[in-house]
Parts: sequence; structure tokens; C-alpha cells
Amino acid sequence: MIIELRETPYDPYAELGAFTRRRADLAGKAGANAVFVGTMRDFNEGDTVEGMFLEHYPGMTEKELERLCTECSEGAGVLELLVLHRVGHVEPGEHIVLVSVWSVHRAEAFRVCRDVMEELKHRAPFWKRENLGERQRWVEKNTPG
Amino acid sequence: MSVTVRFFASLREQVGAGQLDIETPAANARELWSQATALPLDPHVRVAINQAYADVDAPIADGDEVAFFPPVTGG
Repeated sequence: MIIELRETPYDPYAELGAFTRRRADLAGKAGANAVFVGTMRDFNEGDTVEGMFLEHYPGMTEKELERLCTECSEGAGVLELLVLHRVGHVEPGEHIVLVSVWSVHRAEAFRVCRDVMEELKHRAPFWKRENLGERQRWVEKNTPG
Repeated sequence: MSVTVRFFASLREQVGAGQLDIETPAANARELWSQATALPLDPHVRVAINQAYADVDAPIADGDEVAFFPPVTGG
């Protein structure tokens, strides 16, 4: 299980390419790889969003991500699980979260990928403060999954 | 006993502090909140003790790090 917080923009597709090249041991073992990429929009609740700050709780955020990933993948035959999440200043179009799950068959990969995202949305200590140009606004709740 | 109290996001702005090291007789996070802030405790506020989610009425101990924060909005 790999969990990483990143302060700078990243290309999730390049990250996945680099990761799968490093992890040649997954080739021939993993029959399925489910991927979720979450990207920042330039609109929310009818307003244009110019950017945002992603606050987190250093220490707890990493621990909670580990806990929820362990719970979601327990007994599911997951071969590898990667979570990469941005923190700090994020611009529209930049990628916020990457979840990638490798398993023997597709059912576990799809299920664990979705479960990890839903648990992350509800439990992982991150908070978004949107920059609307003339004012800042804390996002108060998630959009329904 | 002494505890470290932490506030995040909108709560940090409302309380006006991110971290307080305080001496307290508080038995749980709810009592600690009342001592550390002048604000009512919103039922949506989440509590973590030593970086793990906890009930607001769970007991706290000397040296604990007790955090209060609003509903999370990552991903």
C-alpha cells in the first residue's frame, strides 16, 4: 500500500506508468487495475472558482488514509493499492486525488477503488477553501457520490 | 493535566488559534471545548484524540492531542 500527499501538481497517468514499470512483479499477477482520478473544477455551487487551498492534518491524514485503505481492501485479494492526494494550493484542471487498485479479478478492483474514494471523502482530514476572486469560501460538504 | 488542543479549517478561524497547549481538569473533549473556546459546540464538529477519530464524550488523558474540525471535504 502506497499513500502519498503531494504539494505540487502531478500527472496521474505518468505516475501510473512509472509505478507499473517499477512494479514489474504485478505483471502476470494482477488481472485488473481500477483507477479513479479526481480533478479540480473551475465552478462550484453556481460560482466560478479561481483556485483553492487544500488544508490537511499532518500525521492524522496519512494515518486515516492508511486505516481506511486497510479496511477497504481487507480480505479482498488486493495485490496493490496506491493513493496520491494533493495538499496546498490547487488550480482548476489540476488533479487532486489518484486511487489505483490492482487485483486478480475486476470485481475487487472496482469495488475497492470506489470504497476507498467514498471512505476518503467522509473520513480523511482534508478541507477545501475556495478562492472565488473577491472572497474565500470553505467547502462545507461533499457532493453526493 | 496538560493537553494540546488543535483546530482546523473554518474552526481554526472561528476560534482564532490553530493550537493551544493548556492545563485542564476536563474529563472529555466536550468539556475541553468549553474551556478552550467561547463558542457553542456544533454537533457536526468532528473530534480526534491522538490523531484517531473519537467520540466527543470519550475520556481524555494527560499528554493527549485533541483536535476539533469541521466535516471533511477532500478528494
